[in-house]
Amino acid sequence: MGWFILRRAGAAIIVLFLGSALVFFGIRALPGDPATVLAGQEASQEAIEAIRHDYGLDRPLPVQYVDYLGRTLQGDLGRSTQDKLPVADIIIERLPITIELSLLAIAVAIAIGVLTGIVAAVRRGRFADYMATGFGLVGLSVPHFWLGLLAILLFSVTLRWLPASGYVPFTQDPVGNLERMLLPALVLGTGFAAVLMRQTRSAMLGALSADYVRTARSKGLAERRVVGLHALRNSLTTVVTVLGLQVGVLISGAVVTEQIFVIPGFGKLTVDAVATRNYPVIQAVVLVTVVAYVLVNLCVDILYAVLNPRVRLSGVAGD
Amino acid sequence: MTEQVLSPASPPSPVPGAPPVMRRRRTWRRFRRRPMAMAGLVLVTGFLLLALVGPFVTADPTSQDYAATLSPPSPGHPLGTDDLGRDVLARIATGARTSLQAGLVSTLLAMVVGIPIGLVAGFYRRWLDPIVMRLVDVVLAFPFLIFAVGLAAILGPSLRNVIIALSVAQLPGVIRITRGEVLAIREMDYIPAAVADGATDPYILFRYILPGAAGALIVQATVAIPTAIIGEATLSFLGLGVQPPTPSWGVMLTSAQQFLSQAPWLAIWPGVMIALSALGFNLLGDGLRDVLDPKEGPR
Repeated sequence: MGWFILRRAGAAIIVLFLGSALVFFGIRALPGDPATVLAGQEASQEAIEAIRHDYGLDRPLPVQYVDYLGRTLQGDLGRSTQDKLPVADIIIERLPITIELSLLAIAVAIAIGVLTGIVAAVRRGRFADYMATGFGLVGLSVPHFWLGLLAILLFSVTLRWLPASGYVPFTQDPVGNLERMLLPALVLGTGFAAVLMRQTRSAMLGALSADYVRTARSKGLAERRVVGLHALRNSLTTVVTVLGLQVGVLISGAVVTEQIFVIPGFGKLTVDAVATRNYPVIQAVVLVTVVAYVLVNLCVDILYAVLNPRVRLSGVAGD
Repeated sequence: MTEQVLSPASPPSPVPGAPPVMRRRRTWRRFRRRPMAMAGLVLVTGFLLLALVGPFVTADPTSQDYAATLSPPSPGHPLGTDDLGRDVLARIATGARTSLQAGLVSTLLAMVVGIPIGLVAGFYRRWLDPIVMRLVDVVLAFPFLIFAVGLAAILGPSLRNVIIALSVAQLPGVIRITRGEVLAIREMDYIPAAVADGATDPYILFRYILPGAAGALIVQATVAIPTAIIGEATLSFLGLGVQPPTPSWGVMLTSAQQFLSQAPWLAIWPGVMIALSALGFNLLGDGLRDVLDPKEGPR
C-alpha cells in the first residue's frame, strides 16, 4: 500500500512539474515582450522596466523558470496588473466561494445521478430505464450556460422564486447565501448528474450480472438487500473514480456557472482575467486549477486502492 | 496458407471470412434496428443540412433593422429579431455553420495529428511510449475548458483559435484511444504472421492495425464532435471565442442574457440548437459504439 501511494505521488509530482513548465513557457510564448504583456496594456515605461526587473526577465529562461518555481512554492504568485494586489490573496478570497458551489453541486449530482443510475439498472429495459437514459443523454448534450439561462428565465424572471444573481457570504447571511447558491448548484449539479447516472447504470448492470449477486439471490436474500448491499457497494468504486475523473468537468462548469449567476468565485476570476489580459492572474489561476485537479485525482487513486484491493495488488489503477 | 486463400490482403474482420461489403451491410442493418441511433442520424443530418443549405435560404444574418428590434416571432421573422433587429432564424442558420466548423474541423485536426502519434507510441512501446504518455498526462492535467481558456488567452479570441484550442484539448483522448487499440491488436495472431511474411512496420501499422482501430476511433470522433460544439459555444458565450458580428450560437446567448425578461425567445433557440445537435451526435455515437465496438457497449 505504501509503495503504491509513493508511486502514484511520484507520478503526480512529475505531471505537476511538467504542467507548471507548460504554464510558464506558455505565457512566455506570447508574441511580444513579456514585460509589456505582464504590465498590462496602459503601463508606463517605468512600470515595464520595474516588471522586467521584478520578474528577472533579463536573465536566461531556465533560470527564470527555477526562480518562478521557487517563488510559487513559497506562495508568491505575483501581483495582479489590475489592482496590484497579490494574486495569492485574491485566489484565497475567491476559492472558498467556488468550493462551496462545487460541494453543493456534487451533492445534487450524487442525489440525482446515483439514484437514477441505480433505478435505471434495476429496471433495465423498462420505462424508468428509458427515462433515466434519456435524461443522461440530454444532460450530456445541454450546455451548462444555457441551462443556467433557462433556470433564471423560469425561477427568477417568470416565477420570481429565487434571486437571479449575486452573492452574499455564508457568514453574513446563511439563508441569503443558500438562496443565491441554490440555482447555480442545481444547474452545475444536473450536468454532472448525467455523467454520474450513465456510469452508475453501467457499473450496476455489471454488478447485477456478477456471480456473487446470483449467489445472494439464490440463497433467498431480499432483492432490496441484493441491490443495496451487494451490487451497490461494488459499484461505488466506479462512482468514486468517475467523481475524480470528472472534477475537470466540474471546474469547467463552475467557470461558466459563476459567469451567468455573477458569483465572484474562482471561475469568474479566470474569465475576467482572460478578458482583461491580466497575465499574472491567468498564469496563477491555471496553475492552481492544475494542482487541484492532479491532487484530487491522486486522492481518488488512493481511495480507489483502499476500496478495491485488486488495484493495489496489481499496482495499476483503473485507466 | 488458408488465410491467404480467404483474404490475401484484407484487414482483420470481426466476422471471419466475411467480405467487407457484407460486413458493412450487416453493420448498417444492426444500426438501423436501433431507434435512438436512427434518431441521432436524423438530428445530425438536419444539423448538416441547416449548416450547408440554411444560410442560402434565410435572410442576411447581419442586416440590421432598427425599426424592428427585439420583435417577437412573426411571419416575416419566424424566430423574431434580436436587439439590433437582425433576423434570428438567419443567425441560427449561419451559427450552425460556425458550430459545424468548430465541431468537425477541430475533431478532424485532432484525429490527423493524434492517430499517427498513438499508432507509433503503441507500436514502439519501449522507447517512445513512456515519453508520449507522460506528455499526454500533462495535457490531461488541465481541465478541458481551462486548457481552452488558457490557449484562447494566449492566442486571442477568434474562430480559428477556438478550433486550435479545441483540437489540442482533444488530442490526448485520441492518442490514448489509438494507443490502447494498438496494444490490443498487436497481440493478435495475424500480426506476427504479417511480420513473418516480411511486411514492413508502416505497412503493418496502416494495413492491419489502423483498420482494426477504426471502429473505436469513429466512435471517439462522434463523441468528440458534440464536446467541441459545446466547447465553441461556451468559449464564445464567455467572450473568448468567435467575436461578434459573426453569428455563433454562443455569442447569440451572450447578448440574449441582457434581454431575458423582454425577449426570452432570444435565449431559447440558440440553446435548443446546441442541445439538439449535441444530442444528435451523442445518440449517433452511442449507436455506433453498440454496433462497431461491442466490448465498450453498455449492453
